[in-house]
Order: sequence, then C-alpha cells, then structure tokens
Amino acid sequence: MKEEAPFLKVTSLTKQFGGVRAVDTVSFDLKKGEILGVIGPNGSGKTTLVNLITGFVKPDAGKVFYQGRDITGMMPHRIADLGIARAFQMVKPFYQLPAFKNLIIPLFSPRVKRLTGGKYGDRDAIAIDLLEEVGFERDSFVPFKMASVLPHGYLKRMELALCMALRPELIILDELFSGLSMAEVASMLPIIEKLMSENLTIIMIEHRLRELFRISNRVMVLNYGKKIAEGPPKEVMESEEVKKAYLGSEAE
Amino acid sequence: MEHRKERIDRGIKARTEDIYALFSYREMLYLLVPRVIPILVLFLVTLLVGVYWQKVLISTAVFALLALSWDLLTAAGMVSLGQALFFGVGAYITGILNHYFNLSPLFTIPIATVGGGVVCTLLLLPVLRLRGIYFAMVTLALPLMLVRIIEATKIFGGTEGLSGLAGLPSTRFELYLSLIAVLAVLFFFRRLINTDYGLVLRGIRDNDRSVMRSGINIYWFKAQALFMASAVGAFAGALMTHVYMFVGMPVFEMDYSILPIASAVVGGMGTFAGPMLGAFILVPLSEALRGVGGLRIVIYGLFLVIFTVALPEGIFHYFQRKYHQFERWVKVEK
Repeated sequence: MKEEAPFLKVTSLTKQFGGVRAVDTVSFDLKKGEILGVIGPNGSGKTTLVNLITGFVKPDAGKVFYQGRDITGMMPHRIADLGIARAFQMVKPFYQLPAFKNLIIPLFSPRVKRLTGGKYGDRDAIAIDLLEEVGFERDSFVPFKMASVLPHGYLKRMELALCMALRPELIILDELFSGLSMAEVASMLPIIEKLMSENLTIIMIEHRLRELFRISNRVMVLNYGKKIAEGPPKEVMESEEVKKAYLGSEAE
Repeated sequence: MEHRKERIDRGIKARTEDIYALFSYREMLYLLVPRVIPILVLFLVTLLVGVYWQKVLISTAVFALLALSWDLLTAAGMVSLGQALFFGVGAYITGILNHYFNLSPLFTIPIATVGGGVVCTLLLLPVLRLRGIYFAMVTLALPLMLVRIIEATKIFGGTEGLSGLAGLPSTRFELYLSLIAVLAVLFFFRRLINTDYGLVLRGIRDNDRSVMRSGINIYWFKAQALFMASAVGAFAGALMTHVYMFVGMPVFEMDYSILPIASAVVGGMGTFAGPMLGAFILVPLSEALRGVGGLRIVIYGLFLVIFTVALPEGIFHYFQRKYHQFERWVKVEK
C-alpha cells in the first residue's frame, strides 16, 4: 500500500501561558476518516490544543499541516474555510432567536457558498433540515423555539449542527457530551456514528471514556500539556501511566 | 387573592419573520399605522412651523442620522463614543471640496458621504480587533486628535475654519433633504438587520468566536458595517456644512458623540426607530429649554436621568410592547 500524506499532521506544537506550558511539544498524525479521541485530566491542555489547531491561539513553536498545507498561525475563519469545524465546550447561541436562525451564520459563509455553487436555496429550510438530523423534532416545532428556552442537551446538539452546516472535512468536538445525561449521550451517539459513516474525520475531546472508547479508532492522552500515551483504546486503558495520571500516583 | 398582569399578543395570527399573511384592511392598517402616522405627523409639523423651528428640525434630523449610525455599529458589536469623527470628517471633506475645488453641493455631498465612509473606516481599521470599551476609547480619542491636528498645523483654515461655503437652495429644501435621508436610512437599516447579512452582524456582537469558526471573516463584516455607519455620519456632516455654509473645529465637538448615544438610550437601543425617536425628543427639548436660561443643562440632565430610570428599555420598546400586546389583570388562585 502506498504511503499517503496524513490528513492532519501536528508537529511538536507548544504553547506557553506565563510560566505554564499548556501544550508541550505535542505531535500526532491523523488519517482521513479516522476518529481520534483526546483525553486527559482537567487542565491538561486539551482545549488549548484545539485552539491551536483552529487558529484561535497562536502557537509558540510547532506546525500544523492540514492536507499537506501549513495552516499554523492562520486566522480562525481561514482555517474554518478550509473545512475544519469545531464545537465549543461552552455553548453560547443566539438566545433571542429561534434555534434554526442560529444556523444561518455558517450557512452564510463563503465556504458553503462555494461548495454549493451559489445555489444554496432557502437557508432557513436547510437549517431546519440540519437541526432535524441532530434530533430536533420538527413535528413538535423544536427547531422554531427560541434558543433561550431550549434545554442544555439541545444546545449541545445545535453546536454539532453548527459544525455540520459548514460542510466540514474535519470536525473537532470539544467535550460535546459534557453536562449531558446518560440518555442524552446515548441518543447523540448514533448521530456521531452517522458522521463517521460519511467518512468525516473527527477529533473528540471527552471525559466520558466509555462512549469515547467505543467510537474512536485511536486515543491520545494528555497530561500537563504533554502527550503521555497514544494508541488503540484498549491499550491506552491498560497503560500504567494513564492510570497514574487519572488516579494519581500512589503515596510514597 | 392575588393579581397578576397577563399579556396577550395582539394582531396578526399568521406572522413569521418576513412573510405577512394579510387578510383584511384591519390587519393592513395594524401594520401601516405605526409607520405611516409618524411620518405624516412629521411632515405636517414641517408645514406648520417657522424658519427657526425648521432649522431646529434640520439639526434634529442630523442627530437622528448620527444616532442611527451609532445603533448600527452597536448592533455589530462596536460601541462608538466618537460619532463626531464621522460627522467631522464628512463636514471637512465637504468644506475642502467646496472651498478649494469650488464643487457644488450636488457633488460635495455624495463625495463626502462615500469619502467620509472610506476615510473613517481606514482610520478605525487597525482597531477593529478591539472589543467593547477598548474600541470605544479609540473612537473617543480620534476626533479629539483630529481637532488638535487641525489647530496645530493650521491646515484647512486652522482655528478659523472655512467660511463662505455654498449654501443649499432654501431652508425648506435642507429640511426635506435631511428628513428624507433619515427615513431612508431608518428603513434601510431596519430591513438590513433582519436579513441573513444582518444576522451575521448581530452574531459578531453576541459571540464573535462562533462566527469566526463558521468560516466568516468578522473583520471584513465589521469593516462593512463601519463603512455604512460612517457614511451616514459623514452625510450628516456634509449636509450641516452646507446648511451653516461654514466648517470649522466645532464639528468634532463632544455634542455630536454624546447626544446620539443619549438619544439611543432614551429611545431604545437596537431598534433604529428608537434612537431616531430619541433624537426627535431630545434635540427639540434642548432648544425649547433655551428660554429657561442657566438651569437648562440641569433640567435636561434631570430629564435624561428620569427617563433612564423609569424606562430603561427605551420609549420605543415600551410603545412597541403596548401596541403589540393586550394587558389585563387576572386573578391568581393560590
């Protein structure tokens, strides 16, 4: 089999905030269609890593290559334009607007315009379809409800729909399941699995290890900004170092 | 037995954001009355008042334009404390074109409108990254800086200003030009902010990071909003220059920055009609109080305080609610 260039390549990415190395020489590759899980204790630099890849924070050192192209230090909207969509951990929608109107913004973007050849049709209708895909029941008019009255679970789904609206090739989900009940997570898993079947590449940052291990091909573990383990979910779970990072080392 | 106020939406049942299903004259009137009646009243007033109050109405319209421009910037997340910048730049461009190049108002006003928009946008382009109070500080400083530059370098007439500029045909012409401009800008902005484009602008105000990750260049959109707002402000300045037939350092005065904001607060921010209404209350009020003498500013200030405390949402929001909803007291069973 021929060796193809990695879809996303991150080489010794480093970011320092004051005296803290939030992300410390992290490198990894990602193949197209792969699902990479990123785990780590609180403050281990997971969200900073996402911010570095998506351009919201400029790295001190290291490079990010996307489809063979150097995207290090590009503006966030340029990176999004190339097809990297991210979901924020903190959802902050337009509370004063109906849910579907929230999706107009990504649908209005140059990327969507380009990919649809300018014929995007009725943006409202596309937005409602997208919301239905992530589980907003159209029959009970959920897509038409004000974002301010929607429960947290729906807002998280909307965050996913906002990413999908951009027609991305890589989706980075920053703790999509945080604050959701078991039932809500269970109902969201099929949506992610559907995205997987569409050959989308996904990076998932998650604290819900069981769900993450079920769907990801590979798991990377961060601790104090450093990558301490990487591999198939099973191996990572067994790793001594990971157990130590999560449970703390034994008293000496 | 306790009572509580119940609010029920009045009006048209089948109503969405932009499709109106009109079934009867009643419903058409329901939509038309709040738009047509104020316009008719406004033009009736212009026919009845004398030259002095016509002049007052012109400057009211100018402040209304600045307030509309302020409201558009705020809608896009840019708080401006320097509407005088737009006003002054437009005024000076007009003055220069008329004084040095002898262009007639027919050309100076359009050139100053577009040119003022471009100049102000370029001046503020480096600080578009700043948000909230940081952007506001820069807008506050720029007009103060420009006025000192003119004073120190003595360009464009220095402290004397440029006088003897061309006037417009008549006061009535000036009045109708300014009022039509206000109404045109009002309806344009109100329409614009409800389109998908306007939605993106409001998105930048609420959560600019979310707009960025949607692949939209927020600085490009902010620059466009800034251009529209500053062009409106520059038009106001250009018009005023020809009304006074003079342009000088006073065009950068704080009045032009503060009064539009006061109008927006009194009238109701974010509606465009509110800030315009605010200007049409505050400016004539300030004129009417001239008879009071020294205590004028005190009474004026008191009025502002009372309004902001009693009606923090703004007059327009209040009337809008009263118009769209029935209110009645209902008994609450415990």
